[in-house]
Amino acid sequence: MSDVELHQHQPDLAPGDEEHVSVRLRVLGYLVGLGLAILLTATSFFIAGTDLVWQPSIPVAIIVLAIAQMGVHLVFFLHITTGPDNTNNVLALAFGLLIVLLVIGGSLWIMSNLNHNMMPMDQLMQMQR
Amino acid sequence: MTMAAVHDDPHHLGVLANIAHEGPAPKRIVTGYGFWIFLLSDIVMFSCFFAAYAVLLGQTAGGPSGAQLFNLKSVAVETTCLLLSSFACGMASIAAEERSHLWFQIAMAVTCMFGLAFLAIEFHEFADLVARGAGPSRSAFLTAFFTLVGCHGGHVSAGILWLLTMMAQVFAKGFRADILRRMLCFALFWHALDIIWVAVFSVVYLLGSAA
Repeated sequence: MSDVELHQHQPDLAPGDEEHVSVRLRVLGYLVGLGLAILLTATSFFIAGTDLVWQPSIPVAIIVLAIAQMGVHLVFFLHITTGPDNTNNVLALAFGLLIVLLVIGGSLWIMSNLNHNMMPMDQLMQMQR
Repeated sequence: MTMAAVHDDPHHLGVLANIAHEGPAPKRIVTGYGFWIFLLSDIVMFSCFFAAYAVLLGQTAGGPSGAQLFNLKSVAVETTCLLLSSFACGMASIAAEERSHLWFQIAMAVTCMFGLAFLAIEFHEFADLVARGAGPSRSAFLTAFFTLVGCHGGHVSAGILWLLTMMAQVFAKGFRADILRRMLCFALFWHALDIIWVAVFSVVYLLGSAA
């Protein structure tokens, strides 16, 4: 770490705040975000209804497109960036994502295991007679 | 640098010490960061509803499945409404920072209009489902569906009330520092709702009608 870097230490940014740029550039940023979001949304609606692509790939494609669009929203609308003034915001987001992945992945994993190991319902009913 | 200076500060900590004396962060950053943490906890709560929906997707108890119920055209219109509303909200944040009363009120009114259009379509869809006998008590799948989508709709309704409050406060009190902090939090909230809606239309509607 050089002295120069430390002297140029910037204060943090609040989530949602941008570094100071002109109004035109900021509007342009939102327009780019809107354009990308519309493109990704249109693609996922198109893929869901088409039979032009290999059918088993459709769920994966929809999930990938959704994650990409969430990224677009985070960067262009919420202004969560990788800059040094945004470290706290990104770390909080990373922790949130960890919990979300644990909750969703864990539930699906455990419940599919239980489903797999459970006796079929008609056999269960016969045992209770 | 002289030898004495090197001895006094061998690891150049003097520079760090200056940074440590900057004092606490400005209130705007503390407020925004705290609200960001709240939003992330809200997203964690939504992830539980998403997990429940994914687990119960096939449990229709002989009732209708997603493919038979969902109308993807109206979902596409809803998505467009919410996306444009989020964009207008961004314009309102810019107007607030530029201290432009006129543009702020116009952008917030547009945000509100698209938000209300979204809610109207969603309400119409729910009423239609209940009228067709596919209410939340029909099957575990529909319970999970109404809980998840209804929870998002409830957030949007609360957001609209907050939006109208912000319009009134800016009108009555002007762009004071505390009002601007509330506006920052509102913009974060509204954009976060749009992110959750991306997950809703992908997982609930598109994947749900494919399954």
